[in-house]
Amino acid sequence: MAINEYNKERYKEDWRWYEDGYEVTRTSVWTGPGCHNGCGVLCYTKEGKLEKIEGDPLFGYNQGRLCLRCLNMVENIYNNDRLKWPLMRDGEKGENKWKRVTWEEAFDWIEEAYKDVCETIRTKFNGIGPEGIVVLSGTGRNAMWHGAMVLRSVFGSPNIAFGFLSADSCYQPRMTANLLKEGDCWILDASQLHPDRYDNPDWVKPEVVVIWGNEPLASNGDGFMGHWIVDLMRMGTKLIVMDPALTWLASKADVWLRVRPGTDCALALGMLNVIINEDLYDHEFVENWSYGFDELKERVQEYSPEKVAEICWVPEQQIIDAARLYATAKPAGVQWGLAIDMQISAMEASAAITDMVAITGNLDVPGGNVLVRYAYNSSKKYGSGLEFISQEMLARRIGTEHSPIHKAGYTPFIPPDLLLEAMENGIPYRPQMMWVHGTNPIANMAGDAPRVYKAWKNIKYTVVCDYYITPTAVAFADLILPMAMSVERDSFRSWWQPLRTITASAERYHECKMDEELVLELGKRFNPEFYDQFDDVHAFLTWMIQDDGNGVDYTYDELNKKVYDWWDFNETYEKYRKGLLRDDGNPGFVTATGLYEIYSPLFDVWGFDPLPHHMEPFEGPYSTPELYKEFPYIYTSGHRHIGLFHSEHRQLPTMREVHPTAIADISKEIADQIGVIEGDWVWFENKRGKCKQQVHIAPGLLPNLVRARHGWWFPEKQGAEPVLFGVFDSNANNLTTMGVHGPTHYGAPYKSTLCKCYKVTPENDCSPSEIVTKKGGFSYVSY
Amino acid sequence: MSATNSVANEYGLLIDYEFCTNCHSCEVACKKEHDLPIGQFGIKTLEDGPRQNINGKWEWTYIPLPTDLCDLCEKRVSEGRLPTCVHHCQSGIMYWGKLDELALKLAEKPKQVLFSR
Repeated sequence: MAINEYNKERYKEDWRWYEDGYEVTRTSVWTGPGCHNGCGVLCYTKEGKLEKIEGDPLFGYNQGRLCLRCLNMVENIYNNDRLKWPLMRDGEKGENKWKRVTWEEAFDWIEEAYKDVCETIRTKFNGIGPEGIVVLSGTGRNAMWHGAMVLRSVFGSPNIAFGFLSADSCYQPRMTANLLKEGDCWILDASQLHPDRYDNPDWVKPEVVVIWGNEPLASNGDGFMGHWIVDLMRMGTKLIVMDPALTWLASKADVWLRVRPGTDCALALGMLNVIINEDLYDHEFVENWSYGFDELKERVQEYSPEKVAEICWVPEQQIIDAARLYATAKPAGVQWGLAIDMQISAMEASAAITDMVAITGNLDVPGGNVLVRYAYNSSKKYGSGLEFISQEMLARRIGTEHSPIHKAGYTPFIPPDLLLEAMENGIPYRPQMMWVHGTNPIANMAGDAPRVYKAWKNIKYTVVCDYYITPTAVAFADLILPMAMSVERDSFRSWWQPLRTITASAERYHECKMDEELVLELGKRFNPEFYDQFDDVHAFLTWMIQDDGNGVDYTYDELNKKVYDWWDFNETYEKYRKGLLRDDGNPGFVTATGLYEIYSPLFDVWGFDPLPHHMEPFEGPYSTPELYKEFPYIYTSGHRHIGLFHSEHRQLPTMREVHPTAIADISKEIADQIGVIEGDWVWFENKRGKCKQQVHIAPGLLPNLVRARHGWWFPEKQGAEPVLFGVFDSNANNLTTMGVHGPTHYGAPYKSTLCKCYKVTPENDCSPSEIVTKKGGFSYVSY
Repeated sequence: MSATNSVANEYGLLIDYEFCTNCHSCEVACKKEHDLPIGQFGIKTLEDGPRQNINGKWEWTYIPLPTDLCDLCEKRVSEGRLPTCVHHCQSGIMYWGKLDELALKLAEKPKQVLFSR
């Protein structure tokens, strides 16, 4: 639009220029601050210091737009609470006493600890040695391949896990279902794969988008910038929204299904029932490109809209309307999210939704759900460094024996729930060192956080790589390593499209190191045979993006100057018809049958149901009716704060002005039942524990639903135990589980359990952090 | 009338508030540009709803409201940039320009507002 054209003198395609006394660097950012996006920015620096930042209007991904995380970058980078140099514990764990050490001293300590870990594993657990080290990772940050490389190529251990994210309940179920059924992952096509975006001649606007278990405006999950949905709405795309809460998008939807948490698989099967029985599916795709349609047709007969309406607590007609609207729109897309992963039916729901995409002919078509890979195949993310691990060592992974999907190598992770058990009971062996790389588990992703806290206290060594002193660091760390933030790092991003440079524009804060430097320097010390080939970080990054001939054919310095490189594979539609997916060059998908597997032969082999089926939530009105009498509200956690990322940003005044504390959503019905008003504090409690949060009465919410906020800790409170930055006071995960999941080992009920709710009073007020850190946990609470 | 006012009378902001999501980007971008302390705003998003209308549809509207501290980013504009709220708005619903041109755009679609200073 002519009115808002950008000034070409100011906004250039160069990678760096100088103006008005500033050095301007055009690059992308990704961690820290954490998020799943990788927006384009212009960094304005003076004498190595970031003075201001703005969105790059010439990068199609964000087109100049930015969210709070980047807009508030300067406050984050130069925050006085930020870690400035390595810190060694100088008191008991939990006392928050530290002494400054040099990097050299830190590396010496790591080497000594490593030797001790190996010795213990050999002598006490009859093992090889390095497997006693476990790397814990966060989600979707630019600290994925780094932890993996430290683990495998530096230490030689095979054990990497999310930071106690029970049953890998974030994107892993959806991705794994995709990999099993069609060999690649799909994403909603909002034109983000093309540099010219909405103007691209091959792209088609989706007529309908289903937003399923997702609040993209706040979450920006999985590399999908949420406001692209708003772009589509402004072009006329209609929405169908599946959410137990009235989100802003739900309020604008043509059909909003206020689905009961944990029943998404049943809902998808009900829609498939309508789509198949009313003959709304794509016969050409089904006949030529899919395997097992007849079995699905038979299965969905068990899921009439009438029956599904009862399971999901939505009107029958809405299921029919949604199915017809979706299946008759050409094209139609699905934008799905975390809520699908955070239930025991995660894998089953993911499979059913994917089947819906496939049989309606919306797979890999413009404006539908397109198959994507990491740009130029470069960077293996969490799987990096697997070539350094022998078969003998791979067999020492914790817990993978008990999960066929893990054992078969569909994921580079070990099951976090079984890692926790190994920490508790020492079987098959007790990990001796936790290397925590970009995660703050007890504040954020660990299910049943008090249980994780207790088990972690059994672990001899912990190293934390982070930006600030976190509750996790205070509780467990011997050594904290200060990491550089995004604008201080030389790195890259290949997550989907395009391949992006991340160019350091500011000097590193005090003695912080880039994650990339840390890997390289540790590598030179522990594995010089491999790492001595790299003279500097740029040479190492060239090796990463070239990926042994599978990646690009140019250097990292050249990527800096390109800034972005759009991969034609990701721009191409209907790749399965063109023979672009399979190594053998034949048309089809990367599956054993070469077809889209509606019926999964692999599931059959592993003893799982090869077709999707509904399972009642682990706790709920039908599965545990007695418990439901005592705990009458459905409890979910993890709905996103707009502008925050998980447990980050709580130190920043600007962020706290927008999000002052943990504010939960409860319904008007619950508020009336328990006698609270807006702004009161309430306890959420179930048989595992309790936490307190402030009340927001949210119109439109499912009447017996509470939505607790996640990731809350309070840097302004005392760090030492028993306060521990108040990490257990408002911790949504005092009520969630570890070790509860579906048959495939994927999907935990973070978003479908039960609780009761009552007002915090002077009589019942207490400090959950003290209960957990000093009184042995919530078993002391009487019910 | 000060000189500032006479310039501002010529320029303004058109906001397509139908698609404001309350992402706070305009508020924070403005704070950073103008170095405003906590509690001070050059633009602030107001909310109506969510409320179910008698026809069953949901009413839920946000509207960004420039305050007296808004100078339409005089400095940025003089450098050939857009006001920072316009530049960073995640929904892309804010337009800066001459009021007479924006008025024409205002007539193109409902649920927009035009701000002048």
